[in-house]
Amino acid sequence: MTTTEITWTADEMMSVAASRALRDGQSCFVGIGLPSAAANLARRLHAPDLVLIYESGTIGTEPDELPLSIGDGILAESALSVVSVPEIFNYWLQPGRIDVGFLSGAQIDRFGNINTTVIGEYDEPDVRLPGSGGAPEIAASCREVIVVMRQRLRAFVASVDFVTSVGHGSGPGDRRRLGLRGAGPVRVITDLGVLEPDPATAELVLTALHTGITVEQARAETGWELEISPDLMTTAPPGADELETLRGMRTVGG
Amino acid sequence: MAKIVPKIIPLAQAVSDLVHDGDTVALEGFTHLIPFAAGHEIIRQRRRRLTLVRMTPDLIYDQMIGAGCAARLVFSWGGNPGVGSLHRMRDALAAGWPEPLQIEEHSHAGMANRYVAGASGLPFAVLRGYSGTDLPLHTDTISTVTCPFTGEELAAVKALNPDVTVVHAQRADRAGNVQLWGLLGVQKEAVLAARRALVTVEEIVDELTPLPGAVVLPAWVIEAVSVVPGGAAPSYAHGYYDRDNAAYRAWDTISRDRETFGGWLTSLQEGSSS
Repeated sequence: MTTTEITWTADEMMSVAASRALRDGQSCFVGIGLPSAAANLARRLHAPDLVLIYESGTIGTEPDELPLSIGDGILAESALSVVSVPEIFNYWLQPGRIDVGFLSGAQIDRFGNINTTVIGEYDEPDVRLPGSGGAPEIAASCREVIVVMRQRLRAFVASVDFVTSVGHGSGPGDRRRLGLRGAGPVRVITDLGVLEPDPATAELVLTALHTGITVEQARAETGWELEISPDLMTTAPPGADELETLRGMRTVGG
Repeated sequence: MAKIVPKIIPLAQAVSDLVHDGDTVALEGFTHLIPFAAGHEIIRQRRRRLTLVRMTPDLIYDQMIGAGCAARLVFSWGGNPGVGSLHRMRDALAAGWPEPLQIEEHSHAGMANRYVAGASGLPFAVLRGYSGTDLPLHTDTISTVTCPFTGEELAAVKALNPDVTVVHAQRADRAGNVQLWGLLGVQKEAVLAARRALVTVEEIVDELTPLPGAVVLPAWVIEAVSVVPGGAAPSYAHGYYDRDNAAYRAWDTISRDRETFGGWLTSLQEGSSS
């Protein structure tokens, strides 16, 4: 009997870990890019009844390839229902009927606030980013938010340059004070591990490391004094089926 | 108040009649049915100082901004979807090339509701949004309103009423009634919010056979219909052709520097009007 060494990239570990965070039967408002790949992976594996919702107005979409944009034709063709953009935000997102908002960003801070607007000053930015899109209201109104993004020192900052989407504001109680009805970010899944808000402080702390990653590595890519959970877990490595499915997913026109 | 039946006229004439220098112009289409051909005609006719309104100023507005059509951009997400940045938009914002560009930035929910208010004849819309974000500090069409029944404070956004809205649809009948389906975006709201509306279509048909989920825009809310097959490419027209994702990727290279973009612009301007 021979054993084959399974190898994977940090990005693949991140997508697999993110897919595992979604449960079967949930409804999920999906951002494009990393969240979209992970959500589609989940639907192909352990969550076949995951309801995928994209801001282009597709409800219950089941694309057999990954869309490049949030409005690719494959999303409409495979959807249970297609509604207008005002309807998707007003009737479906705003009342709080969607379980999970699945987001990414350019910067995130220790309270889970997300920046996708500018790096630097708003009026004369160092880098102009795409902007809000649907993210501010996804972050406000979904029952909970899961963030997927690569952990880099320039991205995991003590305080974001611009609050595009509110996480936990400046600490506990801020969401309620701001009238935000969803729970906000409950988990940030990176290519190094998993961060979750401390219930007492709302600050993101390290609760899991992916297999083979050290606390020092995670700390080196975090722009605040990263607290380590006393119950630090290790993420199970990607299974052969997870990797095979992930690698088999093609982007439309790719 | 019913308007006169829209004229089914060539695109060049429709743009010449309806889009004027300094106008507030919305070209809508959320990834799907983006009116590229109409945008290109606006570039060819060298319209200037436009306020360009669009939820997702992707390639078409990058092209119009690079061509010098725009003085102001009203938007909620400015990128090349799945590819990267809009280099012409960035150049205009950072270096004022070829013209300085002011921005008015919203979220998608905010923009969608601004069109809804405009279409509804209301001065503003109410939504749960923006609370705690930095956008209200920079965008003066975002404010708050207190609910008279519960006392709750909610976001208020100013209505959008473009001088002209331009959309692309699959087809129209000979009377100028327009039918579109697939991803519907905000086209219905953007047309009903506008003072004037121009619709380009893939084809004219004798009868608009009902289709599930289709939107029909009656002729009397539209000023002009122009027949432009392929007029949404490189975006797509559901049931007619697919999104050309390779073209979106190629734009990243074309738009990255002024010279390469200039070559693209010259070939567009030398091309014949539709």
